[in-house]
Amino acid sequence: MSFEPIVRAVGVRKVFGLVPVLDSVSLDVRGGEAVALLGANGAGKTTLLKILATLLRPTRGTATIAGHDVARVPEKVRPLLGVVAHGAWVYDDLTAHENLKFWATLGGLHADADDLTAALTGVGLDRVADARVRTFSAGMKRRLSLARVMLARPRVLLLDEPFSGLDQRAKKWLEERLEALKAGGAALLMVTHSFGRELGVADRLAVLAGGRIALDTPRGSLGADDIQRLYVVHAEETP
Amino acid sequence: MSYARRALAVAWKDLAVERRSKETLNALVFFSLLLLFVFQFTLGGDRERLAAVLPGVLWLGFVLSALLALGRTFLVEREHDCWEGLLLAPGDKSAIYLGKLVGNLALMLVVEALVLGLFVVFFDVDLGRAMPGLLVVVPFGTLGLAAVGTLFAAMTANVRARELLFPVLLLPVQVPVLLATVKATEGLLLGEPLGAVAHWVKLLVAADAIYVVVSLLTFDVVLEG
Amino acid sequence: MAVVKTLGWLTAIGLLVGLVMGFGVAPREVTQGNVQRIMYVHVPLILASYVAFGVLAVASVIYLIRRDPAADRVAHASGEVGVIFVGLGIATGSIWGKPTWGTWWTWDARLTSVAILFVMYLGYLLLRGTIDDPERAARYCAVLGIVAALDIPLVHFSVYWWRTLHQPPSLMKPGGFTGSSSILWPLLINLLAFILLYAYFVARRVRLLRAEAEAAA
Repeated sequence: MSFEPIVRAVGVRKVFGLVPVLDSVSLDVRGGEAVALLGANGAGKTTLLKILATLLRPTRGTATIAGHDVARVPEKVRPLLGVVAHGAWVYDDLTAHENLKFWATLGGLHADADDLTAALTGVGLDRVADARVRTFSAGMKRRLSLARVMLARPRVLLLDEPFSGLDQRAKKWLEERLEALKAGGAALLMVTHSFGRELGVADRLAVLAGGRIALDTPRGSLGADDIQRLYVVHAEETP
Repeated sequence: MSYARRALAVAWKDLAVERRSKETLNALVFFSLLLLFVFQFTLGGDRERLAAVLPGVLWLGFVLSALLALGRTFLVEREHDCWEGLLLAPGDKSAIYLGKLVGNLALMLVVEALVLGLFVVFFDVDLGRAMPGLLVVVPFGTLGLAAVGTLFAAMTANVRARELLFPVLLLPVQVPVLLATVKATEGLLLGEPLGAVAHWVKLLVAADAIYVVVSLLTFDVVLEG
Repeated sequence: MAVVKTLGWLTAIGLLVGLVMGFGVAPREVTQGNVQRIMYVHVPLILASYVAFGVLAVASVIYLIRRDPAADRVAHASGEVGVIFVGLGIATGSIWGKPTWGTWWTWDARLTSVAILFVMYLGYLLLRGTIDDPERAARYCAVLGIVAALDIPLVHFSVYWWRTLHQPPSLMKPGGFTGSSSILWPLLINLLAFILLYAYFVARRVRLLRAEAEAAA
């Protein structure tokens, strides 16, 4: 199922001080589609994600989500987004349940206790729902983050390595949820470092190298080895 | 109404985190005790001198505690990038300001009550007649500090030299509040009724109104990114 | 560019005329002597700084509404020139005060208010200096500029009441005498000259800021 691109980056350039991190990035993500963004460390994947998430402004170029310019009208873009970034957005001194309730309320969602419990059960945190997050492992905090995003059922998902730190059961759960969101028309952009079955969700692969999208191809029937080979060729190329 | 719910959620969250971690509260309590000792060593001997400087010393204690409490108010958001979560929250961000303000106000009033109690005990101060007036002046003065303090704390949360910049920005702007509260407290402690210091109280109320309204209107701009 | 050059020439002429009148033509003050002539520089500096901070407040509001970087540049430049003028104003006031009233400083209403103003807007410049992202700096400084401007009447009243209620009014009023026209005219001309100087500095500074912004993009 493919609609018009919901996420459009055109010629996005980002310079920090004198260091150009992104040179000219153009990338589309359509509704019902998941794009996996690969690249070496420091290639700028997180920077691109942050620009799309309205957390950073591009130096030049435009990025739009559902037609709204992320730099000019971020307040119109933000309600559409579900973001799982590097930090988990959790308060260590609150319980898992309280964290979820806080973000749900702040996001204007009408989630009752059952919705919250269901979300926690989905990520396998129902047994520790009333434990303080301070006691959680990094993977558990990541799972709580995912529960938060899933509650909101966003139209656009921006995910920074969503599968890292998850065990097999949680990975399977996440795959299912992402597929369900895709089926509902959401656009997904996933930054990822792994070439394994996590890429199963992705419909397209994009490689960020030299500040540009060096490769943008449908995943099709590419296996992990093929992908790895493509990655090495494009990502490690110096322009 | 979603606005009120969001503001309450933020206030509840801050107070819950504070109640459980007690980080800021502990710091404030110890700091207040320290101040008390310093005041005793430098002023305690001469009762007349102490009575003369008591209003100033009291509010000095309140202001320094306020700087500590307000300067830290967005620190909890720095862990795990919760600040990003606040930035990306949809809707009117001034609800977040209101929630933070309520939480800060509650914390500061608790500490001020404690400090006041310590002053009464350790300096043998008789607050009896001044109490009704103080119950007006202290909360309005605290609101003035917290209103701008919360706004400036958000502005300085992510800048370099935050600990230096926050008091440098806040204190000059707070001079009207400082003057009004100290002069009003001075009058009350001298036995004057609240009516005698009414002009200071009116200034305080006007200042509070201006600060809260401006902060509510501009908080969205600060939390844009 | 032509505007700026004209402004520069007008400023130079104004300053020349004003200072000649103030330090040469105007009568020597009877009790204070020649040091009183500093007033012709001191008062215009302070008043021109008020203009600067007023412009800063207006430019801040315009920036928040229209997000025009030009408005931010005007606010930035006004802040810089305003702080310098207030600083020099306080310094000249002290230089005037020491031989005249025997002290460099006193906490009377006017001096206290001006000192608070100086520190407030110094903080404004500090805030600008610590934020790297120019867009965020513009936004935050605009908010601070508005808060500071709204605070000024509160500062004025609170300090004035503090110094005058239950206390004898201060005898030191550095600009508060009604002089004859031979004193008033040099004062007004210098005031105009210093406002032109402010405008000229701001114009130059805004051009420099715009060039810097364009180079960074």
